Amino acid sequence: MMNRRKVLRGVVGGAAVTVGVPFLDCFLNSNGTALADGAALPVRFGTWTWGCGMTASRWVPNKAGAGYDIPPELKGIEKLKNKVNVFSGFSVKTDGRENKGHVTGQAGIRTGAVPSGASIYDKPTIDLLIGDVMGTDTRFRSLDAAATGNPGHCYSARSTSVISASIPTPMALYERIFGAEFQDPNSGVFKPSPSLMVRTSVLSAIKDQRDDFTKTLGAADKARMEQYYTSIRQLEQQLSLQLEKPAPLKSCSKPGLPEEMPAGTEVNATSFNHKLMAAIMAHALACNQTKVFNMVFSDWTSSLRRKGSAETHHGTTHDEPLDAKANYQLEVSWFAEQCMNNFGVFLETLDSIPEGAGTLLDNTLVFAHSDVQFARAHTLDGIPMMTGGSAGGRMKTGIHTVGNGEVVTRVGLTLQQLMKVPVDKWGTGSMATSKSISEIVA
Amino acid sequence: MGLMATNKNAIRKSFLVAATISVALLAGCDSPAPTREGAPATMRRLTQEQYKNIIADVFGPDINIAGRMDPDLRKDGLLQIGATEATFTPGNLEQYDALARGIATEVLAEKRRASFMPCTPASATAVDEACAKEVITEAGRLLFRRPLTAKEAELYVGLATAATEKVGDFYKGLEFGLASLMVSPNFLFQKDMVEADPSVKGAMRLDAYSKASRLSFFLWNSAPDDMLLAAAENGDLNSSEGLDKQAQRMIKSPRLKNGVRGFFADFLQFTLFESLAKDPVIYPKFSQSVSDDAKEQTLRTVTEFLVTDGGDYRDLFTSHKTYLTRALGVVYQVPVPASTDSEWLPYEFPKDDMRGGLLTQLSFTALYAHPGRSSPTLRGKAIREVMLCQAVPIPPVNVDFTSFEADSHEGSPVKTARERLAKHSTDPACAGCHKFVDPMGLALENFDGLGVVRMKENGADIDASGELDGVKFNSPAGLAAAMRNSPRTSACIVKKLFAYGQGANPGKSDEEYLKYLQTKFEQDKYSVPQLMRRIVTSEAFYRVSPSEAPAQANASREPVSTKENKS
Repeated sequence: MMNRRKVLRGVVGGAAVTVGVPFLDCFLNSNGTALADGAALPVRFGTWTWGCGMTASRWVPNKAGAGYDIPPELKGIEKLKNKVNVFSGFSVKTDGRENKGHVTGQAGIRTGAVPSGASIYDKPTIDLLIGDVMGTDTRFRSLDAAATGNPGHCYSARSTSVISASIPTPMALYERIFGAEFQDPNSGVFKPSPSLMVRTSVLSAIKDQRDDFTKTLGAADKARMEQYYTSIRQLEQQLSLQLEKPAPLKSCSKPGLPEEMPAGTEVNATSFNHKLMAAIMAHALACNQTKVFNMVFSDWTSSLRRKGSAETHHGTTHDEPLDAKANYQLEVSWFAEQCMNNFGVFLETLDSIPEGAGTLLDNTLVFAHSDVQFARAHTLDGIPMMTGGSAGGRMKTGIHTVGNGEVVTRVGLTLQQLMKVPVDKWGTGSMATSKSISEIVA
Repeated sequence: MGLMATNKNAIRKSFLVAATISVALLAGCDSPAPTREGAPATMRRLTQEQYKNIIADVFGPDINIAGRMDPDLRKDGLLQIGATEATFTPGNLEQYDALARGIATEVLAEKRRASFMPCTPASATAVDEACAKEVITEAGRLLFRRPLTAKEAELYVGLATAATEKVGDFYKGLEFGLASLMVSPNFLFQKDMVEADPSVKGAMRLDAYSKASRLSFFLWNSAPDDMLLAAAENGDLNSSEGLDKQAQRMIKSPRLKNGVRGFFADFLQFTLFESLAKDPVIYPKFSQSVSDDAKEQTLRTVTEFLVTDGGDYRDLFTSHKTYLTRALGVVYQVPVPASTDSEWLPYEFPKDDMRGGLLTQLSFTALYAHPGRSSPTLRGKAIREVMLCQAVPIPPVNVDFTSFEADSHEGSPVKTARERLAKHSTDPACAGCHKFVDPMGLALENFDGLGVVRMKENGADIDASGELDGVKFNSPAGLAAAMRNSPRTSACIVKKLFAYGQGANPGKSDEEYLKYLQTKFEQDKYSVPQLMRRIVTSEAFYRVSPSEAPAQANASREPVSTKENKS
């Protein structure tokens, strides 16, 4: 059993650990942009999400384009603003469908389609679309985590009934990645367990029985089994990759165990766990355990709360009056600031790991967004969106793009194209677009 | 074989307990249930609880199931309906794979294997195909809820022997064989197989093994045992006498309590406990132990009341009898002289105590409240949706809060939830729903956001008056009595129980059948075990609608002899 009290040195205290394994220059080519064998440094994609939006007057920069200003609610990303793009003024169009509060906006951003009927996800979410293309050669196709401690806070879905679950605690995230099955790419010793081969053959045998199991099923159940067998195939592939000696990675080191914290939605506890998770996730990316991730800081109907307060962030958005002088909801704005501070922490953690000629963040594209703009009214226009990192130089950064009411799917389409997804049109109904955002494409 | 011994012991014990319900149930011969068209065949993913129960039943209750499973899917208020749509994401399957390997390792650990294995291999370091086959086919029959086909037996035994050759250890090799059974869809999904019903032209029904599974998951929330599988195999289950005999045996079994627990945990939406949180400053008495015990308190109260005591379901809303631990005693403010933290003691609140019935237990008052305050709206909504099977529309997204907000912040003259909610009822967009749900929730305002009794809120007296469908009351006890006496309360449990069993909401064509069940429920003095018996002994429960039933019994199965309709 692992010692749950061991402290993750350098993670609890501040920047992520980046040392531990001596690195030889021969790992990289002469200009530091690729591995010595010519393979490009991996590019990663992830989402980072928070609930209940922001206060437009305190979040949206006044200046459009490069060199945008930092309003109060964006202070958290100020240090890295040159690596962050801000998207304001893009809209989710419902085509007459009901605005289902905190569901519609996020589904529109993540799937390009607004929910119909009882469904939430009529189409797969963007992380899966991208993961299907670029996440197939790592141990994990994707890693999903929620700082709120609730596995149900996960917004990665193939459909309304095929929704992933988040890993709810730093310890569980650590064990999943750096537990017994982790193979350190920089270790001189490579001894794959003989059981890996056996496990692969077990999965293969189950797959071979597919026809026997599915031949009596109707179409809907066949589709469910298709997902099951896809999962079997992915697990099989994951095991196969573990049978191959991993290439050395300079930036990879195995972190120490995180200190166990009670999960919860009190802002300080959530922030603490988020910081630990950010560090573990960063190490997972640096060690090429996955190229795709989803990090939930707070759920859409944000359960965040101040210690000792009877009200949640979500409840506050509905109940707090506008301050007479300031003309905004003071407490609601405070919550948004906490969310943005934590997004800053996440980006800084990735940026603290050198990789190639830059940092891990430079080789990543983090897509951050919320579910509404003004939470009290569940506004679908101007839902806050941002990106962090430049996807290995594929994306220009430090830019504020103003949507002027154009569809949010322009952002999703652009990100997919930057991640080499072969798509030229994305979205449903009036959300369909083939127009990417050229000003951010390098 | 150990797992057989476990089952036989359980069966023997089963005849010694539950005497209070057996007499009534044995005398249950009367008019047959109306027929029904049936619902579509389903393929349900095992729920977490079902998975755990099966492992305990097949391999022993002390097997540690170490690891996480993703949350079950809830649809139309029930996990059992969500299970018909649930599948496996890669992340979740990876966890089930790890669970299966962990369980197999534990089952075949040196200290335990002798009690489980029906044979001893000739060598611990070499292949013994005969012994591997014996283990795999016996365990496989219980895990797959039917005998393995010859092809399947060959496959899983082959995996075990190949693994033994690879790792040079018979038991390690067998672990892989066992684990592979537990990753197979034949284990993880409960798939209905159907056949033509020879007694009704053109009608379809579940085949005998699927019938055994439906019966067993409904009554025990677990897989069929050896005797039930034997009844399916020899055709007994297709006769009404055989079905009655099995139903009575199963209802007398201690495992019935698992079934009743399974239903009520699903019905009462206790998955909400997984994310229950309270602010430690506002509710310092709340802890994870309190949360765990609150869930167990209600499930224990329900099963003891309904199964052991043969109680009237409606009285669960008014009964002052319950079970407490030390941790709960602190919140309920009663001494619990338990010798350990985990000991449960029966307790009866005084007749004049405002705490009586399900709605006054923490599993309701804390679950349906905010982390830092009570919520008459959440409580009233849960009563309507969960316990009375009524639909409450989702709130409008564009409410103008300007008329309420001045009353919501600190320093406001408005002290109580009642005063605050009165404002909501002035907005036509909100009034309809709030009037529908708030009056019941307001009657529970004497319980704070955790469930501690209070007479005042922010210094103001609490007015606990309310109303349910025209019945007025002014206390939690009044609400409890109104709930007990509402015909919707008993109608709802009938509908939910049936939906839980068949994995789908009843349709229009089921109205006559539901009406029959409701009438019988009343005649049976609202006994839930009796209601369960009525359901499982009626052929209607196994009827599959022809329009959705293309799946004839799996041709790859071993042929099974049947004794058709003896009655």
